Amino acid sequence: MAPPSPRRPGFSRRAQYGIFASYVIAVAGAGFALLLVLTARFDPNGHSALQSILADMTSPISSAARSALASTGDVGESIGAYFDAASKNKAMAKELAASKRKLIEADVVRQENRRLKQMLGLKTDAIQPITRAALVSSTGSSSRRYATLSAGASDGVANGQPVVGPDGLVGRVVSVGRVSARVLLIVDGGNVTPVKRTTDSAPALAIGTGDGRLILRPLTSDVQFKPGDIFVTSGSGGIYRPGISVARAIDRGREGTKARPMADPARLDYAEVEPIYQTPPPPAPSQIGEAKED
Amino acid sequence: MARGYEPRLNRVASRWALIGVPAISVMLGSMTVLIPQVSVFPLLPPFGLLILLAWRMIVRDLWPVWAALPLGFFDDIFSGQPLGSAMLLWTLVFLVLDIFDRWMMWRDFRQDWAIAGTLVAVVQLVGLAIANGSGGGTSAVVLLPQIIVSILILPLMVRLCARLDVLRWTL
Repeated sequence: MAPPSPRRPGFSRRAQYGIFASYVIAVAGAGFALLLVLTARFDPNGHSALQSILADMTSPISSAARSALASTGDVGESIGAYFDAASKNKAMAKELAASKRKLIEADVVRQENRRLKQMLGLKTDAIQPITRAALVSSTGSSSRRYATLSAGASDGVANGQPVVGPDGLVGRVVSVGRVSARVLLIVDGGNVTPVKRTTDSAPALAIGTGDGRLILRPLTSDVQFKPGDIFVTSGSGGIYRPGISVARAIDRGREGTKARPMADPARLDYAEVEPIYQTPPPPAPSQIGEAKED
Repeated sequence: MARGYEPRLNRVASRWALIGVPAISVMLGSMTVLIPQVSVFPLLPPFGLLILLAWRMIVRDLWPVWAALPLGFFDDIFSGQPLGSAMLLWTLVFLVLDIFDRWMMWRDFRQDWAIAGTLVAVVQLVGLAIANGSGGGTSAVVLLPQIIVSILILPLMVRLCARLDVLRWTL
């Protein structure tokens, strides 16, 4: 005999109505959920406000877990470090010697830079970070790449602010709760960062792919990016100040140059939230007019 | 009565445990994304959905159809998907499973696994479409490893839920 179906409770009217009601609730609830999903599409601000309330409740759990556990990110790495230790050591010693020379050169350049800037009377105001906080968790099972930052509106964090790690750009804040904030990582499929190549300032867009890498699309057609090129934010369009390191190109593909982000959020403990960068206003139109008359 | 000497026959299981153990296990599954690890790649299987399906495979009449709504809402809080995405998809999964229950009365584990695995893959792909519709731009290829891991880990979840099933009757 076939197993008795729990959906056919026999002749009891009460049980039949109960099952009917549960289907009505389920279908109505699914309709309501569909509406919620649609608000995410058509009213992202209202939707993210709703989510940030919920994120506030859950971020203490990850914070506590994070402080209790050692960083799980580097377990695999510390095991992997044992392989090829000898050849790695040799390569690293060579690299160290090279970088020491570079460091001395950089020191000289920095000194000279400061002297020249003083001569020109340029003011260099360093950007003060708004706050420093831990990235406590991320959306590991979703296709969106969000991380949760353990600082929120009470620390001065606001929507749109860039989040910068010690190695480079991490992402920007997209929704803020009272004690937590959601950071859209630069590797998310919906995130576009204006960048430039360090060597010749060739502009490009770094578009996330959702798998931990970025695609670099040059803005001018005559530029070819090579593996090893390093890209920093260009500052165009605002939000990110110029000069934050973003990515290193790894190989050329069909749809653009693939790049790996400089800041690996998986190994990140702390990140700084910076104020939104505003592009300096362009010269007044009257001046341009005068220049043309000349 | 002294510990260890409770009657083993004719015992009445706690009603709270009968419903609470499955519900809490699904909620804990949803909360696995809270592990303090920032990942740049979606690899973590959707444990909440997997445990929910595992329970549905073992105890067919455990959940009323609407149970997917509150559990899906709980999952949405943590998952990073737009709110309502799991509520919608999990409820649809339950409705589809009801259709399968009428359609194929006798099923062995492999058929159950195939059905549940297909549904998990579909849920993840539709979830990707929903996430992309609200501002993402990830290609479906990125999800492939996660889908494979999810399907392969499903029997393990069934084992886990079978253990928990024994537990909930003896609590």
